[in-house]
Amino acid sequence: MTSAPRSTERLCRADIARLVQPDRVHRDLYLSEDLFRLEQRHFFANTWNYVGHASQVPNPGDYLTVTIAGRPLVLVRQADGSLRVLNNRCAHKGTQLVSDGSGNAGRIFRCPYHAWTYRLDGSPLGVPLREAYERTALKDSESGQGMGALRQVAVYRDFVFAKLNDGGPDFHAYFGDVLAALDNLVDRSPLGRLRIEGGVLRTTIHCNWKIYLENINDTVHPISTHESATHAARSLWQDQGADVPKPMAMEQILPFAAGHDFFDRMGGRVYPHGHSMLGTHFSIHSGYAQLPEYEAALRAAHGAARAEEILQRAPQNSVCYPSLSVKGSPQAIRVIRPLAADRTVVEAWSLRAEGAPDLLFERSMTYNRLIFSPMSVVAHDDLALFESIQQGLRGGTNEWVSLHRDYDASELDGGVRDVNGTNELLMRNQFRAWAAFMISDLPA
Amino acid sequence: MTPADFVVHEARLLDERRHDEWLALFADDGRYWVPLQGAAQAEGAPHNALADEDLLLLKLRVERLKSPRAHSQHPPSRCQHVLQASTITLDDGTRCELRTPFVYVESRGERQLLLAGSCLHRLVKAGSAWRIRLKRVDLLEADAAWPAIQLFP
Repeated sequence: MTSAPRSTERLCRADIARLVQPDRVHRDLYLSEDLFRLEQRHFFANTWNYVGHASQVPNPGDYLTVTIAGRPLVLVRQADGSLRVLNNRCAHKGTQLVSDGSGNAGRIFRCPYHAWTYRLDGSPLGVPLREAYERTALKDSESGQGMGALRQVAVYRDFVFAKLNDGGPDFHAYFGDVLAALDNLVDRSPLGRLRIEGGVLRTTIHCNWKIYLENINDTVHPISTHESATHAARSLWQDQGADVPKPMAMEQILPFAAGHDFFDRMGGRVYPHGHSMLGTHFSIHSGYAQLPEYEAALRAAHGAARAEEILQRAPQNSVCYPSLSVKGSPQAIRVIRPLAADRTVVEAWSLRAEGAPDLLFERSMTYNRLIFSPMSVVAHDDLALFESIQQGLRGGTNEWVSLHRDYDASELDGGVRDVNGTNELLMRNQFRAWAAFMISDLPA
Repeated sequence: MTPADFVVHEARLLDERRHDEWLALFADDGRYWVPLQGAAQAEGAPHNALADEDLLLLKLRVERLKSPRAHSQHPPSRCQHVLQASTITLDDGTRCELRTPFVYVESRGERQLLLAGSCLHRLVKAGSAWRIRLKRVDLLEADAAWPAIQLFP
């Protein structure tokens, strides 16, 4: 019988190969707490994860806190304008140096417990009773080295990513051409700048993070999962006269009723390392009202060809695996934060495109509120079914989750590949990357 | 019905799942708003909300709850509002504003969700009855990570 390795054991390559097969994955990937602990150590520490957006920390000393792979981190703006990601841990006893989610640290970090101090780059500054340490090993020990700054940090068009471990692919080799999804988002600003605004909608889901991430690429579920919401929307809207302008909420909810054929034709693309773009031809976001003045401003800023390219492409979801999902239109991102094998927090952030009309920012906030809020009638059915999966998977002797749809053995060659929009390759590709990074820091 | 009695009645309709009667309490331009910054959020500030719904969206919510294909309602959610006495901040006979602190429990199966806060009712007189122009629900920690909130705090 196949089962997950224990977290106390050494992980073997063969363990992972057993759990991730070309067209299906083992249920332990979702259920096993042991595997989750191994995942934190091997998978999340070896992949590039989204930290935050530079606009959230505009001034020297501004910080925000985030937990990646179970490790508390702080993103902080330096006096010279650069960004650092530090361990949010006093080198002395482990107190978190900042406990608010965001704020300004001033010119130094000062531990509230014993007043050890650190420069904004994390290096040690001072300790009380300094002379008492003079003949001790502190200075040369781990505890004498300060907070510790992550070495693998990349800022791409104000999106900040970090990798906890030093080995593995560098930022550009890791993400490759899926970064075009971030370009598509940023270039919707005639000034080429985005700002996080309007707050964050956070949802706790009692399911494994992989279920959520797969569902971002699941085009076959909307018609059945969201039937209650879209049916209610249709029945309310069908009584309206044809001349009544469609409110933004209806413009955003009604397309969820699109059929399998629509989603199949929208197309999808996979990239190495688990990334994907869904809706390479069109998407449920393609039908939003056009804004001629804004489009003229984009042409003036980027040239006609690039402006057309941006405006014609409104992919449904682009996944920068495994922590970030991006929508170019509406300008919104989702951040996936795994907490346990059966607990995940998803954050939905709105982005203001500088120099673009307020309406675009309204679209972003409205979409997040209607679709991703804990009070969203669309999300309610998603969340209930994700949590149902987390329970139901335990049942029976069938230990496998099927990912067979449109499987083709030639896809195992990897690389960038374009497929139909309902092809489960976009999910299989995530699991192949998962398996690869789980074993990437093991000896051959 | 006094404004304070109206607020108690409104909560009772929600607790008894009498959603159509609850909808009828709203004025045509009525709004149900749960700002993301809770009581700190200024009206009109460009900041998001957990919910910000006009009558059309509220009807959508209520219609959906009636659907047998509302998967998240198997088993169904139930709620209980526990209200503290309202404080009236404005009452000129045709308009009234009052604030009511509350504790709200929403249960579904074995899970229970506890929310606390206060809500502002902005009421207008329509004939002899009060109607809701705004129900603003200010939650404590509105922007925390919450599980699904499926009914109406």
